[in-house]
Amino acid sequence: MRRVYMDANATTPLAPEVFVAMRPWFTEQFGNASSIHFHGQRARAGVERAREQVARLLGCRAAEVIFTSGGTESDNLALAGVLKAGDHLITSAIEHHAVLHTAERLRDRGVEVTFLPVDASGAVDPADVRRALRPNTQLISVMMANNEIGTLQPVTEIGAIAQEADVYFHTDAVQAAGKVPIDVTAIGCDLLTISGHKFHGPQGTGALYVRKGTHPEPLIFGGPQERQRRAGTENLAGIVGLGHAAEMAQAFAAGNGPARLAALRDRLEHNILARVDEAGIYGGQAPRVPNTTNIWFDHLEGEALVIALDLKGLAVSGGSACTSGAMDPSHVMSAMGVLPARARASLRFSLDTGATEKDIDFALELVPAAAARLRELSPFYKPSANAAPEPAGSSI
Amino acid sequence: MTETVTNSNADRVRTAVAPRTVAVAMSGGVDSSTVAAMLQAEGHTLIGLTMQLWNQRRLAGREGMPEEVQGRCCSVDDVYDARRVAERLGIPYYLVNHQERFEREVVKPFVAEYLAGRTPIPCSLCNNHLKFDQLLLTARQIGAELIATGHYARNEYDEASGRWLLKRPADASKDQTYFLFGLTQEQLAHTLFPLGGYTKPEVREQARAYDLGIATKPDSQEICFIPGGDYKRFIDAYLDEQGETMPDSRGELVTTTGTVAGRHEGIHQFTVGQRKGLGVASPTPLYVLSIHPESHRVTIGSEDELLGRTLVARQLNWISVADLTAPMRVRIKVRHRHEPALATIEKSGADEVTATFDEPVRAITPGQAAVFYREDVVVGGGWIVADR
Repeated sequence: MRRVYMDANATTPLAPEVFVAMRPWFTEQFGNASSIHFHGQRARAGVERAREQVARLLGCRAAEVIFTSGGTESDNLALAGVLKAGDHLITSAIEHHAVLHTAERLRDRGVEVTFLPVDASGAVDPADVRRALRPNTQLISVMMANNEIGTLQPVTEIGAIAQEADVYFHTDAVQAAGKVPIDVTAIGCDLLTISGHKFHGPQGTGALYVRKGTHPEPLIFGGPQERQRRAGTENLAGIVGLGHAAEMAQAFAAGNGPARLAALRDRLEHNILARVDEAGIYGGQAPRVPNTTNIWFDHLEGEALVIALDLKGLAVSGGSACTSGAMDPSHVMSAMGVLPARARASLRFSLDTGATEKDIDFALELVPAAAARLRELSPFYKPSANAAPEPAGSSI
Repeated sequence: MTETVTNSNADRVRTAVAPRTVAVAMSGGVDSSTVAAMLQAEGHTLIGLTMQLWNQRRLAGREGMPEEVQGRCCSVDDVYDARRVAERLGIPYYLVNHQERFEREVVKPFVAEYLAGRTPIPCSLCNNHLKFDQLLLTARQIGAELIATGHYARNEYDEASGRWLLKRPADASKDQTYFLFGLTQEQLAHTLFPLGGYTKPEVREQARAYDLGIATKPDSQEICFIPGGDYKRFIDAYLDEQGETMPDSRGELVTTTGTVAGRHEGIHQFTVGQRKGLGVASPTPLYVLSIHPESHRVTIGSEDELLGRTLVARQLNWISVADLTAPMRVRIKVRHRHEPALATIEKSGADEVTATFDEPVRAITPGQAAVFYREDVVVGGGWIVADR
């Protein structure tokens, strides 16, 4: 069966070049980067070269990069490492759970937390950030791009507010890295999260940018690695892979890759809306990462649509997957004011850097037909003459 | 005589079904896992589905509910087992979330029924609304023509009557037809019960033979969303979570002659036929005879007084017949573990049947189902209402 993967915001395949770069570090180039001898020195060199590669992706110094086990750990470290009881955190309602759940846990431990609302397109208003500031505000954490709808958040404006107020600013850039250029100086952030497997690096690898002078308390103890900020023997091959993938992601984001992806994404959106009535795009008018579109379809169940498409060979996601694998109404949609029924009936297409016109054709063959079939079976859908198709590109 | 387990081979050959796309309801247990393996061996294209119906952690630690999650319903472990079985068989597998509908159609009515002095059967509600209605819809939406479950029951098309029949299974001790009386013709026509011709030991043997890794899992017994079976504590915890207070239904325990024998702490704590927890001293055993939601009275009496000759059932569903047009001789099950008793049923209203038993029957309980059988065929059934 032909299988087309359009769920890059969940994970991406390891790039073959990255795999080749990693392979020797599992075997003949082994070593513990903390060891004195030849093997240790070689491993150290591998780790530090990767650190420089990641630093170039983010526009920072190598010493400002901490390697972690992934985006979730980086987010945890950024929040829990900076905040203590009595501090105030400003974050948004549409953050990834790695931030939201950490914020909730910190709240239980005496941290004050403000969850900022978003507008109907899924964007935070910087004015809300300013208004939420308190004398004890210690950290602002607002993601760079949302994983479900792809909306780019006004991080530069928020960075300026944070600098002015002299509070730390963390941004979860997991969904931005490799899709749009990142420059920590331009953003004005003190902490920034990336995850390797979202840009063709290995799973289980990530990094946290920590601006010089910022000292998050470690979460993991047991050794002096990562300048006393993250204990544990370095994941050598993983870190090498992350570095290599970062270099490729930087080249991709700086080239015409994003524009090509946006064109494919726009063709997909446009043609689905042209063929399926009572459907629309979340955040369609807002700035978005180029690979993501989240489309709602009234009168059908997104869960069944995802399964039906998977059985035909198209991998997409509905809302966001949770641990159980079952779908719960998305907190992002809820925050955008989407009613639960509509929130459950949406599909997220997130294109991989290797997406082709043929992939889009394949999706266009399947999606309108599957949506029509589901509506036919829906006890709620009654096609009527006055249900005029919404114009293509209709967005909320 | 209806209890004989038939072992002839002819009996095991289900109506031959040409290879189809079948959605298998997989719970992670022995029965549904074996169903999947059997259907695959028969050449069907399978899609494994598990319905996520309830979150066992939801009420943990609330109002005396255990902190540790003990239940098996929709637990991570069961989903894990179902996924492993699907993986071994090499079939696609999905977890579908129907928690909202389950709460609306099963949990809320379950609580409301107890508070109204009745004794509900959540399994039947779940079968009617989730396991068959919703699952069949989901199955069709994803491109399957039929669903299959691990219920012990049989279904077949009867040319003579032009109706789909629901029949008792080969293993009478596992008979689940009582919980399936609400199935519509449409649902029966699109459902496979592959275990209907087998006994439970045979099914375990098959599970072992297919090497599914779950052959020794214990059977689930209790109400799936109430670990340990303490429904009173569940009701307390659920009402507390919903921000509702337990309605005050404290009242009197009275004898059939009207003598007040004691007081009780709420009608939801009783079920007809209950002997324990009455708190009334008596030389002979006392039982709950009836519950009166308006006066909060609970009538108690001797075992003899628990016997009844008639019952009234409503919200009927007919299976082997389109409707009941004349009095009919049937055997009736008034609860799951009840030996069907001979009776005559006749219409006493548009959607009401009155049954008269040949011999008195013990503890006819409002809220339970009355399911009518002729030999091993389910004629239909309805919900027992208070007979006065």
